[in-house]
Amino acid sequence: MKIQLDSVYKIFGRREAAALELIRQGRDKDQVLAQTGCVVGVNGLSLSIEAGEIFVIMGLSGSGKSTLVRHLNRLIDPTSGSILVDGENILAYDMQQLRHFRRHKISMVFQGFGLLPHKTVLGNVAYGLKIRGESKPVREAHAQQWIEAVGLKGYERKWPHQLSGGMRQRVGLARALAADTEIILMDEAFSALDPLIRAEMQDQLLELQQRLHKTIVFITHDLDEAVRLGNRIAIMRDGQVIQVGSPQRILNEPADDYVDRFVQRYRNRHNPSLNLPGSMIRNKTNI
Amino acid sequence: MFPDNLTFSIANWVNGWVDALVANYGDLFRQVSDTLLLAIVQLESLLRATPWWLILLVVAVVSYHATRRVLSTVLITGLLFLVGAMGLWDKLMQTLALMMVATLIAVLIGIPLGVLCARSNRLRTVLLPLLDIMQTMPSFVYLIPVLMLFGLGKVPAIFATVIYAAPPLIRLTDLGIRQVDKEVMEAVNAFGANRWQQLFGVQLPLALPSIMAGINQTTMMALSMVVIASMIGARGLGEEVLVGIQTLNVGKGLEAGLAIVILAVVIDRITQAYGRSRYEGER
Repeated sequence: MKIQLDSVYKIFGRREAAALELIRQGRDKDQVLAQTGCVVGVNGLSLSIEAGEIFVIMGLSGSGKSTLVRHLNRLIDPTSGSILVDGENILAYDMQQLRHFRRHKISMVFQGFGLLPHKTVLGNVAYGLKIRGESKPVREAHAQQWIEAVGLKGYERKWPHQLSGGMRQRVGLARALAADTEIILMDEAFSALDPLIRAEMQDQLLELQQRLHKTIVFITHDLDEAVRLGNRIAIMRDGQVIQVGSPQRILNEPADDYVDRFVQRYRNRHNPSLNLPGSMIRNKTNI
Repeated sequence: MFPDNLTFSIANWVNGWVDALVANYGDLFRQVSDTLLLAIVQLESLLRATPWWLILLVVAVVSYHATRRVLSTVLITGLLFLVGAMGLWDKLMQTLALMMVATLIAVLIGIPLGVLCARSNRLRTVLLPLLDIMQTMPSFVYLIPVLMLFGLGKVPAIFATVIYAAPPLIRLTDLGIRQVDKEVMEAVNAFGANRWQQLFGVQLPLALPSIMAGINQTTMMALSMVVIASMIGARGLGEEVLVGIQTLNVGKGLEAGLAIVILAVVIDRITQAYGRSRYEGER
């Protein structure tokens, strides 16, 4: 078990304690908001993520998925609950341990790329290594290798604003990979890209993963992407996990109506001709 | 009429406080004053001892480095030459020395304060009204106690200038750092950068255009204090303006006024050009 979350709550607002009490008593989000003015981001969520898998967290906007993933490197601290990485309680880390953890164990790719506009592609990819104090030749040689791995050879000296969206996200990916961490968090990493580039990036990620066997936590709002990339998928709604399982399992046995709605849409897109009344059963076999 | 029994005055209380300050800490303030004066005088004599063409050359090199354009460089240098041609070169150097010291002090105070302001909302809420006061309070009000503490001359002029000119730099440094993209800061945090690495590696470089705009504003405001500074004994272009007013010599006043404007234009062009960031300029 690489990452383990146990009954994690995150409440935004001034009256955290009161809100936490209410939500534990089984009130729902809206009631808590009405009574305390607090927003429930993550609601008593437990999950475990295996080493070496691509674990996709899927949900609509507002479901708490981006909030959740920021708990894993403590960009956000939970209101209550425990988070273990490699059996270590990361919530007990002090600032120094936390920095060490972020520098060596976990890196992140962002939806809006989060590139440093005042550094070149090379400088951006080498950033994680610079932060942890590698010498310039070492970090540049290493960064160069990852720039090539994501197919950006020849662009080392360009500035981020000179690149297209897809290329910028390759830089973001290379930056995360260059940090050589076992865990990579990807928060809607491909959502800002157009469909063709997105598919290309998905292929590239899968290809890299075959060699690297990282633990990847991938956030998306798109079931297509989830099914394509995920070894396992967790579906989130209102700060809770509704269903966890392999893509097959999610598609074949949606846990409730909410999940089923996603699955129906997925089927419509992938095999619209079969989406006639009564064709649902046949449909399941060709996923 | 406002009822008498509701009025009160803080004048006596303030007077007592200032008197106590002068009586008890006068020597300390004198020492600070003397050190500062030494620095200004040395800079001033250095500038005045340097041949005029060398100073023009230095300005030309700096403005070319900043703007990368020949025409701007020629214009900037030409304008300064004009001041010399009006016979105001010596005064110009005196004013320049005063300004450079005032700006340097404003930068040394303003940038760290701006950085702290961006870090802490509490400090910001305390500091912002204070900055408003510094900018709107008529300068003669604080000139009197400053004169009592430091005596007549360049030093109180510098203090008055710094009080008036530092606020925009503090504001713009704060703004520049707060405007750094949230996701960029998140990314930097996610890679484990410590506060120092965040500040010097990311926040200050990205806030640079804003900070340079602040320095630009600071120098402009410092220049607008030149005449007031002359009233309390600082030499330079402001003195010429004053003499012009006192002797009803409109032409002389205008010449000195134009020289101040030219100095402002020169400094403005150069600092603005440095504010344009290189990496975005290539777009």
